Amino acid sequence: MAGVGGGNDFQWCFAQVKGAIDEDVAEADIISTVEFNYSGDLLATGDKGGRVVIFQREQESKNRPHSRGEYNVYSTFQSHEPEFDYLKSLEIEEKINKIRWLPQQNAAHSLLSTNDKTIKLWKISERDKKAEGYNLKEEDGRLRDPFRITSLRVPVLQPMDLMVEASPRRIFANAHTYHINSISVNSDHETYLSADDLRINLWHLEITDRSFNIVDIKPANMEELTEVITAAECHPNQCNVFVYSSSKGTIRLCDMRAAALCDRHTKFFEEPEDPSSRSFFSEIISSISDVKFSHSGRYMMTRDYLSVKVWDLNMENRPVETYQVHEYLRSKLCSLYENDCIFDKFECCWNGTDSAIMTGSYNNFFRMFDRNTRKDITLEASRESSKPRGILKPRKVCTGGKRKKDEISVDSLDFNKKILHTAWHPKENVIAVAATNNLYIFQDKIN
Amino acid sequence: MFPKGTKRKFSDGEEVPDENPADIKVMSSYNLQRQSLLDMSLIKLQLCHMLVEPNLCRSVLIANTVRQIQEEMTQDGSWTIMAEALNSNQSPSDCLVATEILCRPSPKDQDEEKPFSVISYEGCDSVSCHSEEVVDDSLCEPSSEAPTYLPISIGTWEKEDQKENSEEESEEDSKPEEQVFGTFEIKNPTATPDPALDELFSDVDTSYYDLDTMLTGMQSSPKMGPYDLLDSLSSHSQSISSNSGCRPDLNELDHIMEIIVGS
Repeated sequence: MAGVGGGNDFQWCFAQVKGAIDEDVAEADIISTVEFNYSGDLLATGDKGGRVVIFQREQESKNRPHSRGEYNVYSTFQSHEPEFDYLKSLEIEEKINKIRWLPQQNAAHSLLSTNDKTIKLWKISERDKKAEGYNLKEEDGRLRDPFRITSLRVPVLQPMDLMVEASPRRIFANAHTYHINSISVNSDHETYLSADDLRINLWHLEITDRSFNIVDIKPANMEELTEVITAAECHPNQCNVFVYSSSKGTIRLCDMRAAALCDRHTKFFEEPEDPSSRSFFSEIISSISDVKFSHSGRYMMTRDYLSVKVWDLNMENRPVETYQVHEYLRSKLCSLYENDCIFDKFECCWNGTDSAIMTGSYNNFFRMFDRNTRKDITLEASRESSKPRGILKPRKVCTGGKRKKDEISVDSLDFNKKILHTAWHPKENVIAVAATNNLYIFQDKIN
Repeated sequence: MFPKGTKRKFSDGEEVPDENPADIKVMSSYNLQRQSLLDMSLIKLQLCHMLVEPNLCRSVLIANTVRQIQEEMTQDGSWTIMAEALNSNQSPSDCLVATEILCRPSPKDQDEEKPFSVISYEGCDSVSCHSEEVVDDSLCEPSSEAPTYLPISIGTWEKEDQKENSEEESEEDSKPEEQVFGTFEIKNPTATPDPALDELFSDVDTSYYDLDTMLTGMQSSPKMGPYDLLDSLSSHSQSISSNSGCRPDLNELDHIMEIIVGS
């Protein structure tokens, strides 16, 4: 698979954009999670209004061999509703924090979606046939008078317009006191973990009334709390291993075979702090907002406020690679603290071959890093720079001094336009980028 | 000028640094920045999200920042100066009232002269003058002169740090802080009224309240939803038995209730 671009052989092009064009963004439409399924044919998004929208890729038509399939809406459903916790007199937001697909086991597709408190397993199935010619009821559903039935017939399946139905098959509730930030399906395809600020629970996909608590970092005295869990993920092929990251910039790898309660980590990953760059914001910017294993399972990637780091699971004392996402913000940390942007949680993702990584930034910019060539590129997800099949122009932020043409200065960046959620197709160079309420799909140029 | 004097006071007995004006300016500018960061952090902790639970990660990070600043300020002695300055201006009960005002969206805010801003410290060139400005900028009545938000989140850690730094600080120093912070030990929300109610909810996990109360400084036990906010206003002030300074505010509350009830 090709790299991130910048060279003559590879360029990213605009493919599609989904969502309203209005300048006024409805809060409920803000996309809060994006996830491709295992084959890449389905792309799911969750939003602040608790809705899930699934896009399906069209089959590539033989008439147009040079155009990849488009993603069109396949199913839309309301996954979570707002709730009110009467005991605490607090609202529970319906915002979808994470969606994770389950491996496909039959014709139906399944995914897990979660808000702050409740995880739901949704089954999405197609119906393209219906039975006609029932004996006991008319076509419109009215019951037939049994005394009027003089003969029996076998109902016949007739084709109908495709209907995609989503139904909640399991509801995993009441297991989290704090806000759920992560869910991750285990490689055994039977269990999954859910993590909130202080605890991680292990569930069986079939059992909703019980979960096992495997990590608990809540101190006996809450006043001593100084660190929270920020993200967790299961290892892609070792079903006994998982990692979780913290607000202090550390990652702990745990082995579930070691003990029932994995409070003692097997491995502890932390980069020693650079004393020369220490400030009052050091801890905040070291807080890890996302952790993702590579597909190979050999590496993991963490995202903190200013950088992305790749860690070799066999080396705990420092990352093997560090990529600066927007180092020019380091001198602006006080303002970013004031307007709360410093607490933005950016996600990161690997491409299918683990040769490239991607993460978002401000001003609707997103960044890609090629691990082999060490090249990086900044692109923008905006309507203005999106012509059909138009090649995306690399963007550059000017950090000081003379601003060249086409560069944008740090002070002109729009901090309300943040790209927190991105996803990379598991097999191809197709990416999905969520820019507030719009979903952009980009793909590599087919020569 | 003033920062110079303040600095001398701190470094009593220590080697006085070179009196390079540039150095001193840098020091005071650093102090101002640090103070402004402290105030900003405390206000962030105080701004309660009335309807939705606050983000715990954000609260913990801000609280850690506050603690870090406070530790540094304790080490270079500027913490005591600030505490003394504040202590001379306020009485404990006023703090309680002011905090309650801080957290509710009251029509009183319209009466405030100054906008609720934190960072306007230009022209202020002394630590104590600075603190007073901080006081005014908080959402209290000008007359109540209470620093409100300052001690609540820090109070509990302050206790721990007191033990650690006891060799460094004299007893005299710690007393004003104790006085300032001692009144804010509202860590346990079940300390307020009804024992029967407590029994009823004894198996409820109040741990979230503890951190919540501490970090956001709200003394009423549950977080107030939109429906019971007004209900709790009048009952709240009556239920805090230790709060004798609430009386000026009761009139305000009665007035508000009258408007709402339309009597």
